Amino acid sequence: MTDSAAPSPLLTVQGIRKNYSSGGGTLEVLRGIDFQLEPGGFVAIVGQSGSGKSTLLHIMGLLDAPDEGEVCLDGERIDNLPAIRRDRLRNTAIGMVFQAYHLLPELTALENVLAPLLIRHGVMEWLRRSAAAHEQARLLLDRFGLGERLRHKPRQLSGGEMQRVAIARALVTQPRVLLADEPTGNLDEASGAGILDAICELNRRDGLSIVLVTHDAAIASRADRIVRLTAGRVELV
Amino acid sequence: MYKLLLCWRYLRTRWIALASVISVTLGVATMIVVNAVMAGFSHEMQTRIHGILSDIVFESHSLSGFQDPKWHMDEIRRAAGDDIAGMTPTVAVPAMLSFQVRGQWLTRQVMFIGIDESTHSLVSDFGSYLQHPGNRRQLSFSLREGGYDTFDSQAEGGAGENGPTRPALEAAGWTHRRMRVAREKLWREKVGARADSAAQPSRPIDQQVDAVLSATSPEDSPPTEAARRDPFRAARPEEGETMDPAKEQFTGIVPGIGLASFRDSDGVDRFLVLPGDDVKITFPTAGTPPKAVTDTFTIVDFYESKMSEYDSNFVFVPIASLQRMRGMIDPQTGIPSVNSIQVRLKPGANLEGVRDRLRKVFPAEMYAVSTWRDKQGPLLSAVDMEMAVLNILLFLIIAVAGFGILAIFFMIVVEKTRDIGILKSLGAGSAGIAGIFLGYGLFLGLVGAGAGLAIGLAITWNINSIRAAVEWFTGQRVFDPSIYYFFKIPTIVHPATICWIIVGAVAIAVAASVLPALRAARLRPVEALRHD
Repeated sequence: MTDSAAPSPLLTVQGIRKNYSSGGGTLEVLRGIDFQLEPGGFVAIVGQSGSGKSTLLHIMGLLDAPDEGEVCLDGERIDNLPAIRRDRLRNTAIGMVFQAYHLLPELTALENVLAPLLIRHGVMEWLRRSAAAHEQARLLLDRFGLGERLRHKPRQLSGGEMQRVAIARALVTQPRVLLADEPTGNLDEASGAGILDAICELNRRDGLSIVLVTHDAAIASRADRIVRLTAGRVELV
Repeated sequence: MYKLLLCWRYLRTRWIALASVISVTLGVATMIVVNAVMAGFSHEMQTRIHGILSDIVFESHSLSGFQDPKWHMDEIRRAAGDDIAGMTPTVAVPAMLSFQVRGQWLTRQVMFIGIDESTHSLVSDFGSYLQHPGNRRQLSFSLREGGYDTFDSQAEGGAGENGPTRPALEAAGWTHRRMRVAREKLWREKVGARADSAAQPSRPIDQQVDAVLSATSPEDSPPTEAARRDPFRAARPEEGETMDPAKEQFTGIVPGIGLASFRDSDGVDRFLVLPGDDVKITFPTAGTPPKAVTDTFTIVDFYESKMSEYDSNFVFVPIASLQRMRGMIDPQTGIPSVNSIQVRLKPGANLEGVRDRLRKVFPAEMYAVSTWRDKQGPLLSAVDMEMAVLNILLFLIIAVAGFGILAIFFMIVVEKTRDIGILKSLGAGSAGIAGIFLGYGLFLGLVGAGAGLAIGLAITWNINSIRAAVEWFTGQRVFDPSIYYFFKIPTIVHPATICWIIVGAVAIAVAASVLPALRAARLRPVEALRHD
């Protein structure tokens, strides 16, 4: 970890192994993954279904723990932190976007975007910061063309709109890295292209570091670098 | 903050959870109503008992009693004078009351109590339990001319909607006594006339009664022709001179109303004897061994404390007469004996403290000093026990409702598994997730208990109208005044009881949500996110 490379990597994954026990035997999903993401980098992880790319993303997003290996953020190991600190990191440093959007159905578009901030602050703190947070969320939704749909519940939105709300939610905390898991997988071509453009723009214009998981080579080609997973191992491209 | 927001949203969108809370609501409402009614009954009973018994009863163990009540009262005053509001001596002996109803003698076992008519009302609410307004102001053992209440003077609303509940008391008093004497006289006359000859044409019966009545009215003293021809009178010529029952009475007594009446299913009281009738009482004399003596007394009023134990057991008589008849007055010194001294304390006095002070002064081998609570200890503790058991049972109902909440919450956790995963992916901690469901349980508990409170109070405050409606609808008496001697269901709402019920119900709702909340907190985010 004492690399002499000029820009120190933002996110490092080293020797990650992950097994799932199913029935009698164990299934080796990841068999020692190493890769790193530089600040402002855009890495696409591609692979067949079941190649372990979503599992890798979940481990990077601290939603799952590796059996072996470590995940470091800014050179500090984060996968073995206590639960509370991992929750905190998920809330502040990592933004996640999923294939199935994963919006909270009881909340409006605006409230969904505010959700990470609501989680971060207690009642008193929230009352102090509510106005600023609302303003920030509204600006984000405006940017993604949803300025008119703030009060709509997720079921009143189209797939593309829901994914844009989800991206806004991931950005509202101003994360260090955005982890996107097949963000266009449930969308038609036009909406998918829109979402992909938005993500690329975040990288190019705002310099946001992004890890994008996809099985689509065309989408992957928009990234700076492609990491191909085959049978739980990295296959260099 | 998100916990509050999500609790609130879940509350507004998950109606099934509200359904689980209905049982909490019903449990709370039932508990409030039952506690209010039980407290009402208990309070009513305690008021009654306290009204009948004085605060402290100072008794002799012996049936013959102790001599010189005045000395004892002075001693009591010396021991606890500051707290004493009034005292009165009484004599109580077991006795038998016999009276004739339609030619048949009925005998009842009673407690025969001699009271001082001038001071007895000082120590208890005795006066307010009488049926004649005059006696309620100041008790007199002389028979009144008439004017007894034809309704229950203690019932709220007085006469009630269906007219007088005691029409028989209309005629009670001297009016009844003269009428009865006249009727008896006429009966004897008829028997005599039949013996004389059957030839005389007879007048209609009401005219005959009128004639005899006018002959025996107080202002009209000379004996009538009919009276003169009375064969019984002729056989015992001295009877009319010693005692004319139409103008004189025997020693007055006040029996409990339960001894002389019963209530029929329409709520009307029917009387076996009335003020103005004579009864015989057999009681033991003082001394060893006691001898039974029998004397005749005239009923002058009825005593109604609404405690059937007392109303069907007590007969009151002037203490001086009872002392004389039992031989409780020392023939040489003229100093009387009594059984007990009733003491009423000033408001706010310490009941147990005064009792203990008196117990120190008077030896326990000779005197029993007890408070009214001591006297009714078993009854009062039985009522408390009943309330406690009922509360436990009703609380179990709410506990059952808790299991309903538990089941529905588990369902909601399963349904919300994906949302829980989303929240975790956004950085919510396990404690926060558990907090959502605990808070949700708290909200539901508050809503359920609040609704239960509203319903319970609404029922409690309108319980008598509800009873009337139920009776009208089903045609059956729900609350029979002939059993309870109350005309309305008494209720008392204790705020402290309500607080406990609500705190308990909310605690059960929260406790029921603990397990589902833990389950939600333990969900692993990756699996939760995959859940559909």
